[in-house]
Amino acid sequence: MSVTKPLPHDAARLHVTGSARYVDDLPTPANTLHLAFGTSEIAKGRITNMSVDKVRKAAGVVAVLTAADLPFANDVSPSIHDEPLLATGDVHYLGQPIFIVIANTHLSARKAARLAEIDYAEDTPILTIEEALAANSRFEDGPRIWTNGDVDQALAEAPHRVRGTINMGGQEHFYLEGQAALALPQEGGDMVVHSSTQHPTEIQHKVAEALGMPMHAVRCEIRRMGGGFGGKESQGNALAVACAVAARTTGRPCKMRYDRDDDMMITGKRHDFRIDYDAGFDEKGKLLGVDFTQVTRCGWAQDLSLPVADRAMLHADNAYHLPAARITSHRLKTNSQSATAFRGFGGPQGVLGIERVIDHIAAELGLDPVAVRQRNYYAAMEGGGPSAPRAARPPEDISTPKKQGPNPASRGATSSAADETARDRKMGLDPSPVQTTPYRMPVTDFILHDMTDDLLARADYHRRRAAIADWNAGRTILKKGIAFSPVKFGISFTLSHLNQAGALVHVYQDGSVHMNHGGTEMGQGLFQKVAQVAAHRFGIDVSHIKITATDTGKVPNTSATAASSGSDLNGMAVANACDIIRDRIAACLAELHQTRTENIRFEDGHVHVGTEQITFAEAAKTAYLNRVSLSATGFYKTPGLSWDRIKGEGTPFFYFAQGAAITEVVIDTLTGENRILRADILHDAGASLNPALDIGQIEGGYVQGAGWLTTEELVWDDTGRLRTHAPSTYKIPACSDRPRVFNVALWDAPNPAQTIYRSKAVGEPPFMLGISAFLALSDAVSACGPNYPDLQAPASAEEVLNAVQRARG
Amino acid sequence: MSTPHRHRAAHLGQSVRRQVYIMNVTFLLNGETVQVDTAPTRTLLDWLREDQGLCGTKEGCNEGDCGACTVIVSDDDGAKALNACILFLPQLHGKAVRTVEGISGPDGALHPVQQAMVDHHGSQCGFCTPGFIASMAAGHMNGRTDHDDVLAGNLCRCTGYAPIIRAAKAAEAAPSPDWLDDDMPSAAPQPYAPETLDDLATWYAAHPDATLIAGATDVGLWVTKQLRDLPTVAFLNRCADLQRITFSDDTIHIGAGATMTAVMAAMSEFHPSYAELIRRYGSEQVRNAATIGGNIANGSPIGDNPPALIALGATLHLRHGDATRDMPIEDFFLDYGKQDRAPGELVTGVTIPKTAPALRCYKISKRFDQDISSLCGCFNVTITDGQITAARIAFGGMAGTPHRAHKTEAALIGQPWTPETVATAAARLGDDYTPMTDMRASATYRLTTAQNLLHRYFADLSGDRINVLEVTS
Repeated sequence: MSVTKPLPHDAARLHVTGSARYVDDLPTPANTLHLAFGTSEIAKGRITNMSVDKVRKAAGVVAVLTAADLPFANDVSPSIHDEPLLATGDVHYLGQPIFIVIANTHLSARKAARLAEIDYAEDTPILTIEEALAANSRFEDGPRIWTNGDVDQALAEAPHRVRGTINMGGQEHFYLEGQAALALPQEGGDMVVHSSTQHPTEIQHKVAEALGMPMHAVRCEIRRMGGGFGGKESQGNALAVACAVAARTTGRPCKMRYDRDDDMMITGKRHDFRIDYDAGFDEKGKLLGVDFTQVTRCGWAQDLSLPVADRAMLHADNAYHLPAARITSHRLKTNSQSATAFRGFGGPQGVLGIERVIDHIAAELGLDPVAVRQRNYYAAMEGGGPSAPRAARPPEDISTPKKQGPNPASRGATSSAADETARDRKMGLDPSPVQTTPYRMPVTDFILHDMTDDLLARADYHRRRAAIADWNAGRTILKKGIAFSPVKFGISFTLSHLNQAGALVHVYQDGSVHMNHGGTEMGQGLFQKVAQVAAHRFGIDVSHIKITATDTGKVPNTSATAASSGSDLNGMAVANACDIIRDRIAACLAELHQTRTENIRFEDGHVHVGTEQITFAEAAKTAYLNRVSLSATGFYKTPGLSWDRIKGEGTPFFYFAQGAAITEVVIDTLTGENRILRADILHDAGASLNPALDIGQIEGGYVQGAGWLTTEELVWDDTGRLRTHAPSTYKIPACSDRPRVFNVALWDAPNPAQTIYRSKAVGEPPFMLGISAFLALSDAVSACGPNYPDLQAPASAEEVLNAVQRARG
Repeated sequence: MSTPHRHRAAHLGQSVRRQVYIMNVTFLLNGETVQVDTAPTRTLLDWLREDQGLCGTKEGCNEGDCGACTVIVSDDDGAKALNACILFLPQLHGKAVRTVEGISGPDGALHPVQQAMVDHHGSQCGFCTPGFIASMAAGHMNGRTDHDDVLAGNLCRCTGYAPIIRAAKAAEAAPSPDWLDDDMPSAAPQPYAPETLDDLATWYAAHPDATLIAGATDVGLWVTKQLRDLPTVAFLNRCADLQRITFSDDTIHIGAGATMTAVMAAMSEFHPSYAELIRRYGSEQVRNAATIGGNIANGSPIGDNPPALIALGATLHLRHGDATRDMPIEDFFLDYGKQDRAPGELVTGVTIPKTAPALRCYKISKRFDQDISSLCGCFNVTITDGQITAARIAFGGMAGTPHRAHKTEAALIGQPWTPETVATAAARLGDDYTPMTDMRASATYRLTTAQNLLHRYFADLSGDRINVLEVTS
């Protein structure tokens, strides 16, 4: 059985030998040109005079393009056409592209880009949250407000109350491979674009607009990215469009890759947030009402900021039932890089807000924060049962939970959702009320009670917490802290129509399989997981599946590989395509053998017809000779979604992925320096499609999340210039920053929702487990004095030292 | 080492562009001898990717901070990991280079670290992986098991490092494949790389506007980030005279061309706290290239060697043609960007005492490894019968130059070594320094922490546990 196996990443051998190709590694024609952007030196103002004469005359320069030279659309926005590729007079942030240099070499283009003479009439930039609020500089007309219950009354009547603010910084993606694109002009004005992108269809769309061509004239291809993390959902548009326009202008292939400093100065990052909270609770720490105000700097263009801010609101509850809640969200327009998608997409910010509230409540009442968390959890789902019945049935027979008898996936054209149906019926009869989120979605698959108990035991939490208190009691300079945090993360794009996927599968007459789908590979192992699905559908070894580059010419109208949805959506679509071919082969063989398709099974590399068996290759050859089509498209759409983002009401998610972490840290109270000593994680990947890859996502997500909240600090100066624009100044976790002791386990239970082999999405949720590191730092600071530390993020050494001083008072 | 005349050099770069001369370089690339005629500042990375089509080695940051471009460079001292993005081709003359393409066997067999990385799921996006493989293979050849240090200069954004470390451990016991054994190519002396100190001093005196390039960990960025042309350069890495570390009865002389890797090895026995500071200086790749002379001569206020050397009471040696002179190292740093060095004069070395049992060096940075100091405090106090009889305290990151805390020292000398004395003296640090706020830290944090480091020093000498790096769960 191919699914559930901990197989290596499909490209692992290519990675370690340096033979895996990224966009900048593709062999290019000898006449390829190279591009660089000339960028704004001020954050806000108007270009009053611009001379690019020196740029044009510089060594190696072939051409220079400004906004006036663009033949069609000057826009690279993924949302509302508010993001010109090149500034048209007004500049909106320091680093904004103004012109394109086209030169013979990458270095010549970079050098020439610095030679422009530009005069500006400078305006005072709007840089901070306070400045933007004062100027009412925002996207949408006013704040978005979702309310559930009477919050004001709940707060007024609550026996206890805490108020506070937590600021949390943004985060640079720091994909190791910078943004890159290559445009190859074709006959008749067509364009082929290789782009390091999570969203090939968007690249195709924006390039077509910029060339004044229909989408069919543009094909975008991407085999792999060197990391994405959301930073390549929309931020590759500018390079791809620039290359395509330059290729059209010069008639030559054009390539562009950002130098790291340019990449960090130009592209968007995670949204920074300020979250104000006012929470009412009883003497046991049970929440009665919470009022959140989430304020975020979206930067100069809208990009994906509205759904990001929505998702922050959608995760303001995290794992906790809020009897009454008001969530107000301000999406501020500032003269900074346009903040964009980043792993979690606003979710981590929302989660950190409520985790801070719980932490503050526990401190206020002198309770163990774990107990307060458990007390506020949503009600557990019915023992082992499914989540709420949802509309559509998935493609046949892929929904059987693990550990439940023989897997029926190898059978022919029969459907076997019987056990699901039985459960759904039982669920329908269940009268017990379910709790709902602040946006009124029933929470029917909540499993964190059991997971928490299990993790507390695995990590020996209570004993260690006591031991740490003893350790701290004997010391003044060093203090330890420990904290637990859970995550419940909603899975689905909140823009419901994006929850669709397509696939294209060919079986060749030698039995080898060409697999393609709309998902992109950025390191997460999506291609391998989906290949395992395809292999399993055909009952063959995964080595027979050829994984191929994502290509808008093969699968059209794809959604970005984002929202953790890659394997949920594309796994289903590929299974659908495989099943169509499999059923055709089965029908052919059934007719030849005068039997029924139910008697035909695909397993162990063979096709079993009653008691006979032939190899899968022989079956493919037979089907071919009998003129059976061995190529099929597959399709999938997530069932049961309905969502009104204005009202903040509905069922935006198919299910919730969950997880929990316990982190122990030590701080130096003289310097604020700190270390993660140990992390224990229990994470819910459903019935994992590939435990090795899933654990990789969890380990990596945790460290990236901890980095966001500790060493990764973005600093802009008061002119709006980003001062941390290279790894010399922006510090992602290094090797020794990982937890010294790092225990990661999967909560290996099938997803009640009918996902591919009952697995769960795993890309984003573990990122939020890094919050436990932040809370542990706060716990360590608490050991220094009587006051609540009021720790702000990122908890750099400097911020920890400040918090120590606050705790001491 | 570098010239301080940055603006002038940049100007010359544009006006004398056509005079950049071509250097002939001979080295071994993945076992094959290559001869290249190259401009002096062509980087190995660009040459590999653009001219050789060897695209396995990646560009991640182009400034030596991410390690995606790591290659193995061997010479008579053995195999070292280096960042190809800030490694100029002439630095390779007479050496052997292994890129990721040359780490697996000629028949495609995987190196043990490659196989272990596959087996332990050590790659996700794979972009950093070739650099990790190069660092791991170099560490493996040298029998290293301190994997966190070996890999501190390789950033990975996907895995969280845990599987990479599992792979490195798994490969420890496997023998190093013989296909990596390179014989150094014969390489005739080249005019751009003087091989004796006499030749170098003579040449530099005659070319006072030239740029001297040792490890290129700083000059490399002038080229890759500031996009400067350097018309006249000399490479120092073949000047053996400059690289020696010699020991007398009570002093150690460190040649300016000694790499930080060599300095760290020498300090581990005599000044372990200084050695620990160097362990956190850059990364493995940076320490293998960077020289102590370069770190002194460039006069950076945040270089980590000067505060330690000042606290040790080091003597700096300079030479101009045949003329030499010595000075206390703290006198070398005149002002921000200004050192007491004449055009054509070079730093040849530094002499330090062999013993300084009370020397402690504390580096504070946002991240422990591969980070530039927010501040770096080095303390060397002599206590006789409970009284402080001498004190040398120096900080980097607290002013435009690294310099001594004279007022603080004065508040200590003659006083009893007690917490009260320390508190009184710590308050004087604000008279010694007026630090600035930047992206690494605020002025307030710098000053507060500097004061706290004096308290840490007291606790440290008292035997208290003060190091978060030594705490376990």
